[in-house]
Amino acid sequence: MKKILSGNEAIARGAMEAGVHIATAYPGTPSTEILETIAKKFPRIHAQWTPNEKVALEVAAGASYAGARVIAVMKHVGVNVAADPLMTLPYTYIRGGLVLVSADDPELFSSQNEQDNRNYARFAKIPMLEPSSSQEAKDFTIEAFEISEEFGTPVMVRTTTRISHSRCIVEVGDIRDQATPTLEKHSAQWVMLPAIARVRHPIIEERIQRLKAFSNTHKYNVMEMNNTSIGIISSGVAYQYAKEVLPDASFLKLGLSYPLPDKMIREFASKVDELWVVEELDPFIEQEVKALGITCHGKDHLPMCGELSPDIVRNAILNTKDEKGSQYNLPARPPNMCPGCPHRGILWALKRNKCFIAGDIGCYTLGFLPPLEAIDTCLCMGAGINHAHGISKALGPGKAKIAAVIGDSTFFHSGMTGLLNLAYNNGTALVVILDNRTTAMTGAQDHPGTGITLEGDHTIEINMETLVRSLGIEWVETINPYDLKNARKMVKRALEHKGPAVIISSAPCVLLKSTKVSGIPLKIDADKCNGCKVCLGLGCPAIEFRDGKAFITEACSGCGMCKDLCAFDAIGGTV
Amino acid sequence: MNILMAGVGGQGIILASDILAQVMLIYGYDVKKSEIHGMAQRGGSVMSHIRFSGKVFSPIISKAQCDILVSSEEVETARYLDFLKPDASVIVNRYRLSPPSVALGADEYPDISDLILEKTPHVCFIDGNDIARSLGNPRVVNTILLGFLSTLLEPDESIWEECFQTMLKGRIRDVNIQAFKAGRAAKAN
Repeated sequence: MKKILSGNEAIARGAMEAGVHIATAYPGTPSTEILETIAKKFPRIHAQWTPNEKVALEVAAGASYAGARVIAVMKHVGVNVAADPLMTLPYTYIRGGLVLVSADDPELFSSQNEQDNRNYARFAKIPMLEPSSSQEAKDFTIEAFEISEEFGTPVMVRTTTRISHSRCIVEVGDIRDQATPTLEKHSAQWVMLPAIARVRHPIIEERIQRLKAFSNTHKYNVMEMNNTSIGIISSGVAYQYAKEVLPDASFLKLGLSYPLPDKMIREFASKVDELWVVEELDPFIEQEVKALGITCHGKDHLPMCGELSPDIVRNAILNTKDEKGSQYNLPARPPNMCPGCPHRGILWALKRNKCFIAGDIGCYTLGFLPPLEAIDTCLCMGAGINHAHGISKALGPGKAKIAAVIGDSTFFHSGMTGLLNLAYNNGTALVVILDNRTTAMTGAQDHPGTGITLEGDHTIEINMETLVRSLGIEWVETINPYDLKNARKMVKRALEHKGPAVIISSAPCVLLKSTKVSGIPLKIDADKCNGCKVCLGLGCPAIEFRDGKAFITEACSGCGMCKDLCAFDAIGGTV
Repeated sequence: MNILMAGVGGQGIILASDILAQVMLIYGYDVKKSEIHGMAQRGGSVMSHIRFSGKVFSPIISKAQCDILVSSEEVETARYLDFLKPDASVIVNRYRLSPPSVALGADEYPDISDLILEKTPHVCFIDGNDIARSLGNPRVVNTILLGFLSTLLEPDESIWEECFQTMLKGRIRDVNIQAFKAGRAAKAN
């Protein structure tokens, strides 16, 4: 049966067809829909959101040790968080098939960097499959489980935003039964003491050599011989772009792209006049081709940064140029926090208190944009608290007002250890936890603070204030960020506190169905408005400046923050 | 055939392009569709590429290869003009949503009709928001545009209806079918 599936839906389907038992993930664009699809469409699989990616991979390892097939899913930077278990996991005996899905984001559509996670396959010495369509995303996921169990190794499936979020036709297959997990002991392969790991290491090296031989004959590494004047080695979506541009060229399409099939590459290179490697981001394949002593083109003409496109590939290989593009000076439309977003109130209050604001990963990072301009750093999940601590320690006490903002989901992910450090090392920074009861940026996923699991079951609902106090913070206040005057006052008070202070800015995300904001747009009385633009300083998308006056559009959620700010009582309506 | 659908996050572009892709699957084409939706709910620019033919490789459209551009917001249309073939058709919803710099009074909202006409003479403006309001549901603008677009494409109206029936449920299905028909009628007028 044919269906149109996104790459992510296809990976979920592949997991089901492969008889997967357990699926773990922390949400992260572009990977999030894989677990959402599993939870919604394939309830036979136990799917769970974990607080972070390290937990996801370690839970997966446990499930594999029990003999279950398991898939751990994360975005590219999530693999950094999981890198500690990832580097040692291949030393251990993988019993039930274990597949790690890394969803990379060339072009940084929704990420803080565009690292090429194919390097992790080489680093961890594990095989990697790179699908170039939804059909392959499904088929390669199934094959990854076969390879994992045949060789006793974790296997990586590397997708990118263009594969994960493109939709194409998939012929779905039969669903395989799940194995029955059993408890066994394999301590000589699971207890990574130096004496054991030392014995395991050569086994990994020998295995990767066997995998190289396997790669040379693998069905997903395919030579498509055609006109031999140009030969192209490619993988992932880059293959589709090259095929689009040069349908008559010869191709070596790599599906199992680590370890690379050295013999096949030599054979292909010998058959073509001019060899190209077309790949996004790093010269991952190209360097190995060159290490074989084979001359080729690649990053001498193709960019290292950003995603490729048919146009970029055409211009590089055929030495063409795009016609001069239209140079219209159009006003940009960056994403913004929603009308009624509770983050806006607390960011405004911090700004009015002249704080340096160390940011983190979440919707509130959008507070960087004018007119709020309220975010001063953003590095990775959980970094903001530590930035604030480091800056205030370096400056010395009382020198500047240093604050950190972090969302609830990000706090559970990797903010808790930073807060513990702040308390332990006598920090003075103010930490604001933006507690909107969801993982908002990735589309509202549950987490340990919501009381609901990914599968919709009721569970513990972590009390934020109790958690913060248990980490050693004595000055803790929970506030309503819609009350701007109180928010500003409480920030001032927290900054005056000599030790570490935490404000929990508590209000649910306006995109949650359960959130009760009035939804009735406010109105501005044009006679009372003197055009002072104070309300515009909130950066709310529902407030515009028209003909010298502020104007509220139908996008208004009725949250009332702007009303609190107006000194002329010009903003009215039901709140 | 290459179609671009442009607009602003939250306008329903992704649903409309999903339906278009499903119609082309049933009609018998190979079809691929690509969009960036990580920020779709945050009011940023959103664009969806839909490609269908006997065999499709790239999920994204090359410059100067787009046959039809459908846009649910005026200035968003102008961001993708370099994608148009010389004789491309452009369907624009007559609706202006101020980008932040315009909202803050720093920029003027540009008039885009001349920019489009420099590229192609085949431009159609449609008052999608007025039609949607008259149907009692301001959220179906993209389905109205889809109805309008469907008159330029091969598949029969019945295939479109079949897709609405299988992909949507209950009242949402009914209002979308109504909006689709209103879009087709707008073309006839």
